[in-house]
Amino acid sequence: MNFNDNKAIYLQIAEWVFEQILNGKWKEGDRIMSVRELGTLLVVNPNTILRSYDQLQKMEVIVNRRGVGYFVAPDATDKIISYRRKQFVEKDVPAFFKTMKLVRMSWEELEGLYKKS
Amino acid sequence: MIQLQNINFSYQKGRTIFDDLSLSLKGGQIYGLFGKNGAGKTTLLKIMAGLRFPQSGSSITLGQHAELRKAEMLKDLYFLQEEVYVPAISIRDYVKCYAPFYENFDNEQFDEYLHLFEIASMDDKLTALSHGQRKKVVISFALATNTKILLMDEPTNGLDIPSKGVFRKIMTMAANEERLILISTHQVRDLQFLIDGVVILDNGHILLNANADDITDKLCFKITDDTATDEPILYCEENLRGNLLVTENIHHIETKLDIELLFNAVMMNKERINELFNAKN
Repeated sequence: MNFNDNKAIYLQIAEWVFEQILNGKWKEGDRIMSVRELGTLLVVNPNTILRSYDQLQKMEVIVNRRGVGYFVAPDATDKIISYRRKQFVEKDVPAFFKTMKLVRMSWEELEGLYKKS
Repeated sequence: MIQLQNINFSYQKGRTIFDDLSLSLKGGQIYGLFGKNGAGKTTLLKIMAGLRFPQSGSSITLGQHAELRKAEMLKDLYFLQEEVYVPAISIRDYVKCYAPFYENFDNEQFDEYLHLFEIASMDDKLTALSHGQRKKVVISFALATNTKILLMDEPTNGLDIPSKGVFRKIMTMAANEERLILISTHQVRDLQFLIDGVVILDNGHILLNANADDITDKLCFKITDDTATDEPILYCEENLRGNLLVTENIHHIETKLDIELLFNAVMMNKERINELFNAKN
């Protein structure tokens, strides 16, 4: 795994977990890798993975069953999508609009591009 | 697990290595020990292991005075030196000879680490191996001892490129909630994501001893196109990707720790860093 932007590693790992769930590699209700296993897979300090898992638990994307392990929450996909939507609206959209204005692109032009995509 | 208090040390009169140095390290962490050449990193490890005696101050390792070199301490401490000494015997005999000193030595782990390092034969004589190969054997041995404390002096020196990746992998396998691992190194990039505690040694003192989360709580590390920021800048460096900045984290943004930038920022702003972190020291 490549960590390349400014974002904290534990958050980048949380997003990597989102990917695994969204693309179906990790299914809702399934048991996921332990902190140590994921640490070895991604070559990251296990304490960092623990912090990612804590964050994912707070977001209710994964659940910890004491003594058994971590599991993908039954409604994890919905949780991730609503989180991603929020991020998109708050961060990506304003930056996108800013660029649109900079390059003087009209709504109609954008709509045409959207329909083609 | 390791407590150094008010350590004064010099090899000869007039040249002070440590001046009233104190440092406390706890288990369950992988610490990186950084400092310029000649700062005394190796000497510090030797004091912790009971191989050098400070002129004053106390060095307590696992509840024992390190200089007494009690068996209770030695069986739970492994010190991997930069230049590894190996006798003219096979890997198999080396394990037979030295593993009994460590009650938690795990043969299966040792075999697995050797396998990952692609060392195939246990019958090869250690002295017939190259420097890098010897180092791989001794690193594998060091990790398989399962001692509570593991001190490593420049462990990746002499390892080839693929072996550095293997080293990182087996370090994540060997780390656990109890173990204290201290790695002294200049190879910052090798350890970036392994380390959760940063110790910086400078001019006879510990300049910084902080947890990675603590550091990113107080400092921001970022790459930007412009340097326009309202946060106090501690360090700035230009490269192709833009400006690499270390600033104080006044807006509470969580960024990714960059140890190389941190080291430079600390060296250039010793007093400010001390103010920001001294509540911890």
